[in-house]
Amino acid sequence: MSEKRIDEATNTETMGHEWDGIEELNTPLPTWWLWTFYACILFAIGYCVVYPAIPGLHKGSEGTAGWTSRGSFAKEMDAAALARKPVLDALAATPIEDLPKKPELMAAAVAGGRAAFKVNCVQCHGAGAAGGVGYPNLNDDDWLWGGTLTDIQQTLTHGIRYPGDEQTRMSQMPAFGRDGILQAAQVQDVVSFVRSLSGLEPKGAAAQRGAALFAANCAVCHGPEGKGGRMVGAPNLTDKIWLYGSSREAVTNTVTNAHAGVMPAWKDRLDPVTIKMLAAYVHSLGGGEAFAPAAAPAAAAPAPAASGAANGQP
Amino acid sequence: MGSLEPSGQPQASQPGTSPAGKAGGKAGSKAGRGGGAQGAAPSGLHAASKAVYPRQIDGRFRRLKWAIMAFCLAVYYITPWLRWDRGPFSPHQAVLIDLAHRRFYIFAIEIWPQEFYFVAGLLIMAGIGLFLVTSAVGRAWCGYACPQTVWTDLFQHVDRLIDGDRNAQLKLAKAPWGLAKIGKRLFKWSVYLAISFSTGGAWILYFDNAPTLFHDFFTGTAPGIAYSTVGVLTGTTLWLGGFMREQVCVYMCPWPRIQSAMLDEKSLIVTYKDWRGEPRGKPAKNSTVPMGDCVDCDLCNAVCPTGIDIREGPQIGCITCALCIDACDSVMTKLGRPRGLIDYATLEDTERERTGQPATPHWKLVWHARTLVYLGVWSAIGAGLLFALGIRHHLAISVAKDRNPPFMLMSDGDVRNAYLVKWRNMEDRPRHMVLELGGLPGGRMWSEDMGKAEAARSLARTVAADQTEPLRVYVVAPSGTAEQSFSFTLRALDAEGGQVAYTARFDAPAAQP
Repeated sequence: MSEKRIDEATNTETMGHEWDGIEELNTPLPTWWLWTFYACILFAIGYCVVYPAIPGLHKGSEGTAGWTSRGSFAKEMDAAALARKPVLDALAATPIEDLPKKPELMAAAVAGGRAAFKVNCVQCHGAGAAGGVGYPNLNDDDWLWGGTLTDIQQTLTHGIRYPGDEQTRMSQMPAFGRDGILQAAQVQDVVSFVRSLSGLEPKGAAAQRGAALFAANCAVCHGPEGKGGRMVGAPNLTDKIWLYGSSREAVTNTVTNAHAGVMPAWKDRLDPVTIKMLAAYVHSLGGGEAFAPAAAPAAAAPAPAASGAANGQP
Repeated sequence: MGSLEPSGQPQASQPGTSPAGKAGGKAGSKAGRGGGAQGAAPSGLHAASKAVYPRQIDGRFRRLKWAIMAFCLAVYYITPWLRWDRGPFSPHQAVLIDLAHRRFYIFAIEIWPQEFYFVAGLLIMAGIGLFLVTSAVGRAWCGYACPQTVWTDLFQHVDRLIDGDRNAQLKLAKAPWGLAKIGKRLFKWSVYLAISFSTGGAWILYFDNAPTLFHDFFTGTAPGIAYSTVGVLTGTTLWLGGFMREQVCVYMCPWPRIQSAMLDEKSLIVTYKDWRGEPRGKPAKNSTVPMGDCVDCDLCNAVCPTGIDIREGPQIGCITCALCIDACDSVMTKLGRPRGLIDYATLEDTERERTGQPATPHWKLVWHARTLVYLGVWSAIGAGLLFALGIRHHLAISVAKDRNPPFMLMSDGDVRNAYLVKWRNMEDRPRHMVLELGGLPGGRMWSEDMGKAEAARSLARTVAADQTEPLRVYVVAPSGTAEQSFSFTLRALDAEGGQVAYTARFDAPAAQP
């Protein structure tokens, strides 16, 4: 330990210690800097008192201000809910039939429905609502139970074949093959006939035999012409959309074992406004039906557009 | 004194050789501090700034500076008040940067955000224009047109108007603080503040309808950003123009550094012709040494707005404002000697003149290879912009295809693809337009506000003035259509017409084996 002395070169006092000839100059922090440090220390103490800061075994200190990140989040959510309230109230007050008359409200409903769809529906129907085998494509114009806004809202609210909901859409196709209603050969005849309805195969002898079987067993639900029945969710067999596939094997499987897809009733999980928004969104995907449905939705040759546009045919 | 070398080396820092003391009030200690770096105390990161009190001078370059200053200020203050008729749907301000609606209006030109390359092109032209000017006439930007120069000049005039010319200012600066000085200073600073405020205030008028904003600003109903912008710009103008002045050029601005790299011996700079001026000063009694033209009157220093001595040679502090040329010319005229002891000249020419050869005329100096290259690039960009402006469409289409699902089957077997088609009307009036399908045999389309039954090969809509109208369009093609490209064509149906096309993709299921 050497003595404190004044360093000649810098004219500064040394700290008084020396190691192998190396000494340290005493150049203290500027006072303002020092005071800033003290202020920071005071601030930190104050912070620990006011805010949750000190961890404990099961629970940290709570702080006198009572602030929590959850509380802060809840506040933000409340603020967001408050901001959305006018639109949601208007939606709640508007029957879904009247939505198309209010384009702005409809747009808000579609936007809200798009968000809700991504949370609740994409698991089965896919992100683009294109569905999959057994899960209907919601973009197209083929609806098992109806495609108007009210139909979709009803389906969403009560589900399809959903146990525990009395108003759920209900039907059950018999397992014609498995339960022995039809013999295996008869099933094949029916399959030939059904596939011939939409032109998947020519009407041969098997189809002729199948026609009689169809009239006896299937027409009750699917209609005499196979155009389906929305009362019981029976698919239209004459169109090109096949929920479970259109190959011989797929149709044979359907006739033999039957399908009965289930969709949950959402009324217990989602509030009526969200369901309304979802219905509006699904309806907006391009296949939604108007309330006065056209007489023949499918297969009819599209009328040449008379309205406004069409002067500039190439 | 007679022993000075005639080499043009710096001499001003040698105390005692300069008769500056006689010139009135210029403190020798100040001159010493400003000029000499060597021998001073090593401590301190930079030389302490010395206040500059440039003297009033008249002459051709001063008048040119007046004219350019008047022009620049007039352009700055008048432009936002110019009106331009754009019909009932667009603002009528000739030059308007409408950030809120994302439009730039410059007289007959309206620029949309996606056309920002026009603005970028203008900025590039401005940059290359600076290079071009530097290459042709040296630091003319610094000396005449830079806002820092214009406003500094303005503030220095205010100084002279209120405090008097250089000597009076020096005297006042040294005087103790008394009532008169405080009054004068307060008055001067409030004039500074008024100038700064009108500078910042005029800036915001470019961003909204000027008369409305002007009224709103003074009735306290303008948006907060207007007040904060004016506040910041008032503060910076006051600080940079009122107090920092030449230090901005010498210490803060990057441009002088770039300039020093761009100048060469062929560049026009303000040059003290030492071959003619040295040895400077009055001849000593009985001396037989012939003296140069420079009488060491120090007027060139007194008028310099950046406080340098041009006789020390080219230096970063010289903004080539040429006021020292005016000063020296006035003295030379008085003495009956030819003007141009300090003059615009290239280093190359100075060397030629030193050996007695004639100087190259200035108009010839301007045309060297570098200038021509800059001029070529600058004009090419300008011509390109004008061409692009001339052929640009006033309607545009953009198409975003639905990718999930890429396609889907309709119940009648048709294949449907969905697109978001944006119809963009860039005119200042509503326009009737028609969207047509090109290619895609059997294809038809309809939009979300109609049914498939009404599908056709074209859709007509009216697009509001200056708007982009998004429309969801469904395109169907008969079963068996292979995936292919087709086109959407957007055609205006009014007299002006015009059409744009967009090649889109139609997805379809792979053909069944």
